[in-house]
Amino acid sequence: MNFDLRLPLGMIFSLFGAMLAVYGLTSDPAIYARSLGLDVNLIWGLVLLAFGLCMLLLSLRAARARTRGRPNA
Amino acid sequence: MPPTTLALRGIDYAILSIYFVFVLGIGWALKRHVKGSADFFLSGRSIPAWITGLAFLSANLGAQEVIGMAASGAQYGIMTSHFYWIGAIPAMVFLGIFMMPFYYGSKARSVPEYLKLRFDEKTRGFNALSFAVMTVFSSGISLYALAKLLEVLLGWNFNASVAISALIVLGYIFLGGLTSAIYNEVLQFFMIVFGFAPLAWLGLRDVGGWSALKTRLEAVAVEQHFAPGTWTQSWHHVARAADNPMGVEWFGLAMGLGFVLSFGYWCTDFLVVQRAMAANSMSAARRTPIIAAFPKMLFPFLVILPGMVAIALVRDPHSGLTLPTNPDGSTNFNMVIPQMLGHYFPPGLLGLGFTTLMASFMSGMAGNVTAFNTVWTYDIYQSYFAPNRSDRHYLHMGRIATVCGVLLSVGTAYFAAKFNNIMNLLQLVFAFVNAPLFATFLLGMFWRRTTGHGAFSGLVSGTALAAVHHGLTLPAGNVAGGVKGGWLGAVLHTYPSEMAQNFWTAIFAWTACFVVTVAVSLATRQRKTDAELTGLVYALTPRPAAAVEPWYERPVVLGGIALGATLLLNLAFA
Repeated sequence: MNFDLRLPLGMIFSLFGAMLAVYGLTSDPAIYARSLGLDVNLIWGLVLLAFGLCMLLLSLRAARARTRGRPNA
Repeated sequence: MPPTTLALRGIDYAILSIYFVFVLGIGWALKRHVKGSADFFLSGRSIPAWITGLAFLSANLGAQEVIGMAASGAQYGIMTSHFYWIGAIPAMVFLGIFMMPFYYGSKARSVPEYLKLRFDEKTRGFNALSFAVMTVFSSGISLYALAKLLEVLLGWNFNASVAISALIVLGYIFLGGLTSAIYNEVLQFFMIVFGFAPLAWLGLRDVGGWSALKTRLEAVAVEQHFAPGTWTQSWHHVARAADNPMGVEWFGLAMGLGFVLSFGYWCTDFLVVQRAMAANSMSAARRTPIIAAFPKMLFPFLVILPGMVAIALVRDPHSGLTLPTNPDGSTNFNMVIPQMLGHYFPPGLLGLGFTTLMASFMSGMAGNVTAFNTVWTYDIYQSYFAPNRSDRHYLHMGRIATVCGVLLSVGTAYFAAKFNNIMNLLQLVFAFVNAPLFATFLLGMFWRRTTGHGAFSGLVSGTALAAVHHGLTLPAGNVAGGVKGGWLGAVLHTYPSEMAQNFWTAIFAWTACFVVTVAVSLATRQRKTDAELTGLVYALTPRPAAAVEPWYERPVVLGGIALGATLLLNLAFA
C-alpha cells in the first residue's frame, strides 16, 4: 500500500509544534506561573517540531527512493 | 468538592479542531484502498510491523488505561506497575513468539474463527457472541466516560458530546475500515506520548524529583498504616495481603494477574490480536506485540507516575492541587489526570493535553467498533445468516455493522448513564467469560488431543465456576448480595480488596476450564484429523525454516530483549 503514515504524522506534529512555539514566544509570561515558571509552550513546541520534521524527512526520503524505482527503501 | 473546570482558549480549540481534521482526513485518504471485505476487515494483511505494533498498544489505551492507571497510581502507588511488568509484557511476548504463528498461519480472519477451525461451531459461536456483546458495551462505556468528562470539565452538553464523538469515530472507520482505525491509533499513540509526557515531567519537577517524591510518599503510606516504602517499592510488600493497599499477596498477583488475566486478555482478545493479524507477513505479525512491548514497559512513567505525584501533592496545602470528592465523601481518583492537566498546563499545552485525553477515549472506542464489525460480519452474519454471498455483500455488511456498532455504543452510553450498576454487572459477566478462555487456547494450540466437546464444556464450566466463586466471596467493606459478590446466600471467604477477589475469581475459572477441558477431551473422540489440525496445533505445524531476517527482526531475539528489560525494571523498582 503506497500510503506513508509518516507524512501525516510529520505534518500534524510539525504544525502543532510550530503553533505552540509561536504561541510560547508571543503569549503573556504570566500564564506560565502554573507550569512552574517554564515557558512549556515554547519548549514542548520545539520538541514536537523536531519530531514532526524527522517524520517528514523520513517520509520524503522514502518517497524519493520509490520514484527512483527502489521499492522497500 | 467539585472538580475544577478547564477554560480552553482559542489556541486550544485550534489544536483540537486540527486534530479531528487529520483524523477524518486519514479515513478519507484511505477510502480508495478499500476494494473488498479483506481490505476493510483485515487491512488486506498489508501493514508494516512498526505500525501494527503501535496500533496494538493504542487499541488498548482507552479510558481505563489512562484515567484508571493514574487513579491506581494514586491509590496503590508503584505496585500498579505490576499490570505492566508482570502482566502485559510477558503475555505480549508469549503471544508474539508462541501463539501468533497459529493465528496468522491458520488464515483465520478472527479469533472466533480460529476456534471454529481448531474445535467446532459451538465453541466459536459462544466466543463470537459474548465478544460481540462485550465490544459494544466497552465502546459505550468509553463514549459515556468521554461525554461525562466533556460535560464536567468544559460544560459541554452531554448529548452533543456523545453525538460529536460518535460521529467522528464512525466517520473514519466507515471510510477506511480497519486500516483507518489502525493508522489513527498510531497517531493517537504519539498524541498520548507527547500529550502526557509534560505532565509527568512537570509533576516530578514540582515535587522535587524522584527521591523527594519517595520521601513525600512515605508520609502517605504511614498515614494509611503501611510500611513507609509501600508506595514506591513494587515487590517489597507483597508477602502478605495485609501489607499493601491493593490487598493482594504474591501468589494471587503472579497467578491471577500475571498469568490468567494478562495472558487471557493480551493473547485471546480479538480487539488487540486483530491488529497483529493485519500485518504484512508472518514475521511482522509475530513482531507486532513484541514491538508494542517496548513502549508499553515505559508507560508506567507516563500514566502511573502522575497519579503518584498527585497523591503526594494533595497532602501539601501549598501545592494548590486538589482532587474532587465523590457524593459519598471518598476521593475521586479518576480525576487525577484531568485535574493535573488544569493545574500545570497553560493555554496551548492544555489544548494538546485535552486533545490527547479525547484521542485516548476515541481509540478505545474505535478499537471495539472495528473488532465488533469483523466478528459480526464473519463469525455471526456470514456463518449463521447469509453464507456464500459475494465479497461486495460482506463489505457492504461491514459498513452497515460499523454504523450499527456505533449506534449500539450510543445506546449503551445512555444505558451506562442511567443504570450504573447494571453496567458493573455486565462487566462482571464478561470477566467470567474471559477468565477461562486462555486455558482453552493454551490446550488447543499445544495439545492436539483437545476436542471440541472438551473445549466447550471447559469454557462453560470455567465461566460457571467464576460466577459461583464470585457469588460466595466478598471484598472487605462491602454488603453481600450486590454486584460486589456474596449473592449466592453464603459468604465463604472475605478478600481484603476487590482486586484480590478478581484475581482469585480468574484463578478458579482458569483452573476449572483447564481441568474440565482435559477430562472431557480424554473421554471424547477427536473428530478433527491431523491434516485438518495442521497449522493450528504446535505439534502438527512444520517449524519455519531457519530465520533469514537480521537479528533485530527476529521475534525470539526481540522478545528476549523485552523480557530482559522488563526484569531490570522490576528489579530497579522492587
